[in-house]
Amino acid sequence: MRIVPFIISAIITTGLVLVLNTQLPVGESKTPRLGEFLSPQHGCWQNAEPYDMDFNAQLLFQDLTGQSTVYLDERLVPHIYAQNEHDAYFIQGFLHAKFRLWQMEFQTHAAAGRLSEILGEKSGGKDFLAIDKFFRRTGMVFGAENSLKAIEANAQTRAVADAYTQGVNAYILQLPDIKKPLEYKVLDYRPEPWTNLKTALFLKYMAWDLAGSGDYDFEMTNAKNVFSTIDIEKIYPLISDSVDPIVPRGTVYEVPSISPVVPASADSLYFSATDSIEPTLQIKPDDHNGSNNWAVAGTKTRSGSPILCNDPHLGLNMPGLWYEMQISTGTSNSYGATFPGAPAVIIGFNDSCAWGVTNAGRDVKDYFEISFRDSTMKEYWYNGQWVTTAFRDEVIKIKGQPNNVEHIAMTIYGPVIYDHVFANKLNNNKYYALRWKAHDGSNEIATFYGLNNAHNYNDYLQAISSFECPGQNFIFASKSGDIAIRQQGQFPAKWRRQGEFLMPGTDTLYNWQGYIPTSENMGMLNPARGFVSSANQITADSAYPYYLSGSFPVYRGKIINRRLGEMNNITPNMMMKLQTDNYNIFAEYALPLMLQYLKQDKLSAEASTYLEILKSWNLRNDVGEAGPTIFKIWWDEFEQATWGDEFAQTKLRLKWPDESTLEEAMAKDSTFKFADDIRTAENENFYDMASLSFSKTVIQLSNLQKADKMAWGNYKETGVRHLLGIPAFSRLNLPIGGGDNIINATRKDHGPSWRMIVSLSKNIEAYGVYPGGQSGNPGSRYYDSFVDTWAAGKYNQLLFVDKDEAADNKQMKWIINFSKS
Amino acid sequence: MKIFISILLTALLSFAGCLFLPWWFIAIAAFMVAAVVGQNGLRSFLCGFVALFALWGLSATIIDVQNHHLLSSKVARLLPLAGQYQLLILFTGLVAGLVGGMAALTGSFVKRNKI
Repeated sequence: MRIVPFIISAIITTGLVLVLNTQLPVGESKTPRLGEFLSPQHGCWQNAEPYDMDFNAQLLFQDLTGQSTVYLDERLVPHIYAQNEHDAYFIQGFLHAKFRLWQMEFQTHAAAGRLSEILGEKSGGKDFLAIDKFFRRTGMVFGAENSLKAIEANAQTRAVADAYTQGVNAYILQLPDIKKPLEYKVLDYRPEPWTNLKTALFLKYMAWDLAGSGDYDFEMTNAKNVFSTIDIEKIYPLISDSVDPIVPRGTVYEVPSISPVVPASADSLYFSATDSIEPTLQIKPDDHNGSNNWAVAGTKTRSGSPILCNDPHLGLNMPGLWYEMQISTGTSNSYGATFPGAPAVIIGFNDSCAWGVTNAGRDVKDYFEISFRDSTMKEYWYNGQWVTTAFRDEVIKIKGQPNNVEHIAMTIYGPVIYDHVFANKLNNNKYYALRWKAHDGSNEIATFYGLNNAHNYNDYLQAISSFECPGQNFIFASKSGDIAIRQQGQFPAKWRRQGEFLMPGTDTLYNWQGYIPTSENMGMLNPARGFVSSANQITADSAYPYYLSGSFPVYRGKIINRRLGEMNNITPNMMMKLQTDNYNIFAEYALPLMLQYLKQDKLSAEASTYLEILKSWNLRNDVGEAGPTIFKIWWDEFEQATWGDEFAQTKLRLKWPDESTLEEAMAKDSTFKFADDIRTAENENFYDMASLSFSKTVIQLSNLQKADKMAWGNYKETGVRHLLGIPAFSRLNLPIGGGDNIINATRKDHGPSWRMIVSLSKNIEAYGVYPGGQSGNPGSRYYDSFVDTWAAGKYNQLLFVDKDEAADNKQMKWIINFSKS
Repeated sequence: MKIFISILLTALLSFAGCLFLPWWFIAIAAFMVAAVVGQNGLRSFLCGFVALFALWGLSATIIDVQNHHLLSSKVARLLPLAGQYQLLILFTGLVAGLVGGMAALTGSFVKRNKI
């Protein structure tokens, strides 16, 4: 044996293997373990699914009670035919895991503040530890634990959740490491067992995404430093003058059963009190989380049967948020969009009826200032005495580093989100607790389970009555001809502008004084106009006896109601056109005003060219149009010119006013107070703002012209991005129109995440599409198979058949049999 | 003849072992074959390299063709290899080949060779 060369060579070889078996740092990110990742028998190649993959299988599990058949159709949509509910939800969990395991675990990790555990403290320019701290301090885990109790206290939902969890785990347990989803291999970690808590966490994540509306308490508090109470009413009006509410104007409401009392000290301690707050980190859901839904009665349709439509607008991500399925439990038969991570169909239909949701946008998230005795936070002043604080220690594991422990003070309101450790950057001695409806235990599964099993309007009412958070506009239509909408959630009864600003937390006076009874939530059944609709606008006009606070976009609702009012003899095809309509109703209101204020005789040749394009624009935000690009930039500049000077008075974060506020002011007269540039001696008006903003617009347009980004599609750059932001796993630069305030509400990374149209004829005729595909595996042809269909505004016909028909149906490609072992 | 046997043995042993063991078993396989067969350093290196390059490269190619390059094109953007699936296959082969070659070279020093 030649010792020296042997040792040298052995060291080099071992070193090579070790390097290839380690995640190597590249910038702030890390590579996969390359040796394993590239191994055809272990790594990414194992995720390369054959193009003609055979999904047929015979599966045996001890936890099953009977025999079930799953047909997978040509779009890889499973149709579960089970003998009982337990097996149906077990199989749903199994299939969610089989096709979407990584995303369902990743999203619940995000909700639970566990991203550092898999991504490290910092990666790719993101501070995951800070993000985790934020979610822990928001009380996500606290809320999920409370909801878990509620889910498990109800025998029915407990059984559903248990069966679902069993199914997910049945998949995980038999999953060899080499077959784990690609993202686990990229990030080098392993899936862990599923639990009912994870299901609760997933639902809390949706609550966070949707019930954060109107979360501007700090910004509004800061605004009090700059603006008078009267100004605040002008800049942030409670209701737009021109809004077309969900429940039409003129509706008469009963006397409210709760009349919240304004605290006597409100003027001095609340409305006029000032504070400056700059939280260390505040992650907010997308302001544009919204949705459209509507249902038209048989009197307005060609078939004589109601048609229900829904398109929830959420973040556009790969793998898709939604997963299509049919679930036949023996007692119910539903089809629709499901959430990988939760049992039952969320938006869909069954043999008798269809349902859908839009976000209510009501503000159920308020902050209270806590007075602790000292920085140990052990006692706080409440109702004239020192109250002992409870604490929650939340341990954040960090990849490659010691754990971080968040010592969170729990008050009567909820967790102290900002304290001297997780600080308000300006004022380290202040403590702010969060009271959020999602902290409470609530059982949203009961609602979806109930809807899956609903036969008629009363079943629907019963199903949604227990729904607490995030508040939704539940829409309904049945084969028997009923159409209905109802805003449901548990909403605090607030006095006017309660919770708009930070509130004193030293006594009960400023607390929520009770909840609006479910019976006093707003709704409509079979209105004479023949349709019901919602698009996140305010639910009712000021005749509704409770104060409505939150985030309520105005324009989509107006155009939907206008169009539905005009339409008759409606067909599903007409509904597809409406759902994908790119007409910009906001421009219809705002553009004539902008043009009216623009002095058009003094423009440069270049400016005139752009102006001509804008004037000849058909007000549609279609992909190839330059008009929407010019309009959007000009409007943004117009807003900046109007509000920018007032808002520059402080460096603190403020809430930018709604578009409708400026548009309505422009419609009134040219001398709006805020049109004046307070930095100049002259008194400017909208004429000056129009010229100023247009000249700035022209500069931007010149640059866009050079970069070939004038066409709306190129400017907007809509993409469906992978949850980890990996471009290779994303679908970018999709040719799709639409945008803000447009029925087709597709923006850069946000938009219609599931489009559904259901005609409730004798044989249900339904269409749907989402920007993704049934497989979560980037190595599968089914990963993004719906994206182009979605971008083109087209739909897939949904195959809704019973078991006997399924056996003969040519669109069914594969069969998976599940039986008890 | 020894060359042919070495390559075949290394590839077979690697494939069989990796059905149950981690990827780095390929190093042990190449090492063992080289130690037993006993060729000089250069030949051993080449045998280990060729065996593993071929094993991983061919396996990857077979998988990739069945997959219509869907995954490889994406991973080749992630790594980054300009989105070229051919480069990912080449890279896969080279990584395995290098490990195999070095392990075989090490193995060749176990026995003192006549030549």
